[in-house]
Amino acid sequence: MKFLVCISNVPDTTTKITFTPDNKEFNKAGVQFVINPWDEYALTRAIELKEAAGSGTVTVLNVGEADTEPNIRKALAIGADDAIRVNAHPQDAYFVAEQIAAIAKEGAYDVILMGKESIDYNGFQVHGMVGEMLGIPTVAPAMKLDMSGNTATLEREIEGGKEIVSVNTPFVASCQQPMCEPRIPNMRGIMTARTKPLKVVAAVGEPARTQVSEFALPPKKQGVKLIDAANAGELIKLLRNEAKVI
Amino acid sequence: MSVLVVVECDKGEVKKSSLEVATYGAKVAAQLGTTATAIAVGEATEANLAKLGEQGIAKVLYDAEPRLKDFVNNAYTKLIATAAEQEGAKVIVLANSNIGAAVGSRLSVRLKASLATNVVDLPKTDGGSFTVKRGAFSGKAFADVTLSGDRKIIAVKKNSLEAQHEAGKTAEVSSFSAQLSDADFADAPKQVVMQDQAGGVLLPEAERVVSGGRGMKGPENWHLIEDLAKALGAATACSKPVSDVDWRPHHEHVGQTGITVSPNLYIACGISGAIQHLAGVNSSKVIVVINKDPEAPFFKAADYGIVGDVFEVLPKLTAAVKELG
Ligand SMILES: Cc1cc2nc3c(=O)[nH]c(=O)nc-3n(C[C@H](O)[C@H](O)[C@H](O)COP(=O)(O)OP(=O)(O)OC[C@H]3O[C@@H](n4cnc5c(N)ncnc54)[C@H](O)[C@@H]3O)c2cc1C
Ligand SMILES: Cc1cc2nc3c(=O)[nH]c(=O)nc-3n(C[C@H](O)[C@H](O)[C@H](O)COP(=O)(O)OP(=O)(O)OC[C@H]3O[C@@H](n4cnc5c(N)ncnc54)[C@H](O)[C@@H]3O)c2cc1C
Repeated sequence: MKFLVCISNVPDTTTKITFTPDNKEFNKAGVQFVINPWDEYALTRAIELKEAAGSGTVTVLNVGEADTEPNIRKALAIGADDAIRVNAHPQDAYFVAEQIAAIAKEGAYDVILMGKESIDYNGFQVHGMVGEMLGIPTVAPAMKLDMSGNTATLEREIEGGKEIVSVNTPFVASCQQPMCEPRIPNMRGIMTARTKPLKVVAAVGEPARTQVSEFALPPKKQGVKLIDAANAGELIKLLRNEAKVI
Repeated sequence: MSVLVVVECDKGEVKKSSLEVATYGAKVAAQLGTTATAIAVGEATEANLAKLGEQGIAKVLYDAEPRLKDFVNNAYTKLIATAAEQEGAKVIVLANSNIGAAVGSRLSVRLKASLATNVVDLPKTDGGSFTVKRGAFSGKAFADVTLSGDRKIIAVKKNSLEAQHEAGKTAEVSSFSAQLSDADFADAPKQVVMQDQAGGVLLPEAERVVSGGRGMKGPENWHLIEDLAKALGAATACSKPVSDVDWRPHHEHVGQTGITVSPNLYIACGISGAIQHLAGVNSSKVIVVINKDPEAPFFKAADYGIVGDVFEVLPKLTAAVKELG
């Protein structure tokens, strides 16, 4: 079984978000980048399934510029076998999906795993695009993934419940908890990651279909209005008469 | 050139988020000088679909194929694509839900359309361009995105605009068939398992949410959260550590790695307000924080706060709600 795991390089979850003075770009200064937290579920589950089967490969794929390589190496340290970086600025989801679809097709991958969504752009869309480009099913977001031969059984989260879905390879799934306990690299992993293959390839396909013209921060809160705990019922009156939400 | 709106139905009712989507679609249609047609998915009744006229929908298409009752990615995609072609739709509006995202992303490739998800406001359409505001960086920012294609697909974030209700207006409901075959249902779910919703309010659709963190001390104390939720007609939620240790089910976990909610009212009880938690709730209209630590970071993101012990405060709040009647 050949697994392709797509990882995106995103600001650490504790990052205070700021933009350049013209509000056109995200201000990367001083920002720590991490593997998108959802993608860690995809990566760990692929490694677990490969180990359980006793054969197969796990390839990680990122569409990004050279500054994403530390996180690609981290994925290799966690246990992926090799990596591919499409050397391009990830312009938009469509552009990223085109790159993933091209690599998936060329390498004839059986299982293409991603995270539910990127925590920077919150698109929740690349998986469906890739599935459609390749003409294969997509299961998103998946909370559980088991494989038996070429058949996968997944639990897909729907609003208010879940669906049990079964699909044959090749397919795309986007992963979220509680699929597995994401692994962290150990010392041996970090040592071997240095020599694992990381191939850099050029981008293909059509240009992006969307452009960000401007970023903005949400309006600041007015400040909290405190109500005395002894008089807690007062809060309910304020919620009805002042905030008008109950 | 029309606007096609995808409305999700469940047990005969149009979902609240889809009433918002219908309103959004009707407003976009008015901006573009055209009309809005809806395509209904899920289990619907003709009477409820006709009521979409109140949101400004002119016509509703409905395929009564029984296998469309549950979500089937390929079948839904083909159904909506066929409706879009028939109606000559240039703009398709759907909910930023698990169904909307799954279908919208496939449709964008099939129909060669530009897609914007997580959209929070009506488009700016001056000078022929089409720009929408969308949430980014997990609620910490917004991005204005210009959609360049001839066709556009917009997934509207829940509770971003209020559904309009023009009483008495009805939409024409017409039956529609996308000629779906067995092959289109190959990825149909084997089984659908719905959760027991506390008080019957579905968290992602809820207008009010009462949420508990580690400060609640243990699952045996959750009746305090549930009582207040019930009195308010609210859904219940929790922080990540609470679901990690199984005090509460995973589907109640909100935040960066859980679900994102944007209710009118979010009441946080014994939750510190870590940045990853805030990411899932910070687009709530009004945030109330109850925490015994006056330095808890959540107070900075709150509109109202009570510095106090949840075990004393919660029963008082529940009693006060009941008094309101
Ligand atoms: C600062 C900044 C500026 C940006 N500017 C623009 C812009 O001008 N115009 C624009 O349209 N978009 C812009 N983007 C969005 C960016 O291109 C996104 O990475 C891309 O759109 C995919 O993210 P998504 O949220 O849509 O993906 P989602 O659909 O949320 O991602 C789902 C999964 O797809 C995979 N994936 C996502 N991205 C990659 C990747 N790069 N490589 C490998 N796998 C990936 C991951 O597994 C991820 O979990 C910008 C993003 C940032 C952070
Ligand atoms: C990558 C990553 C992703 C994450 N994603 C999420 C996420 O999606 N959602 C999420 O919630 N967390 C997430 N976290 C965890 C997050 O960082 C916090 O650890 C978590 O939100 C804390 O939960 P809590 O507020 O319930 O507990 P604590 O931080 O322990 O806070 C408990 C609070 O209760 C108060 N308290 C105690 N007793 C009482 C009492 N009797 N009355 C009133 N108040 C009381 C305390 O003062 C304290 O403020 C993530 C972390 C990481 C690293």
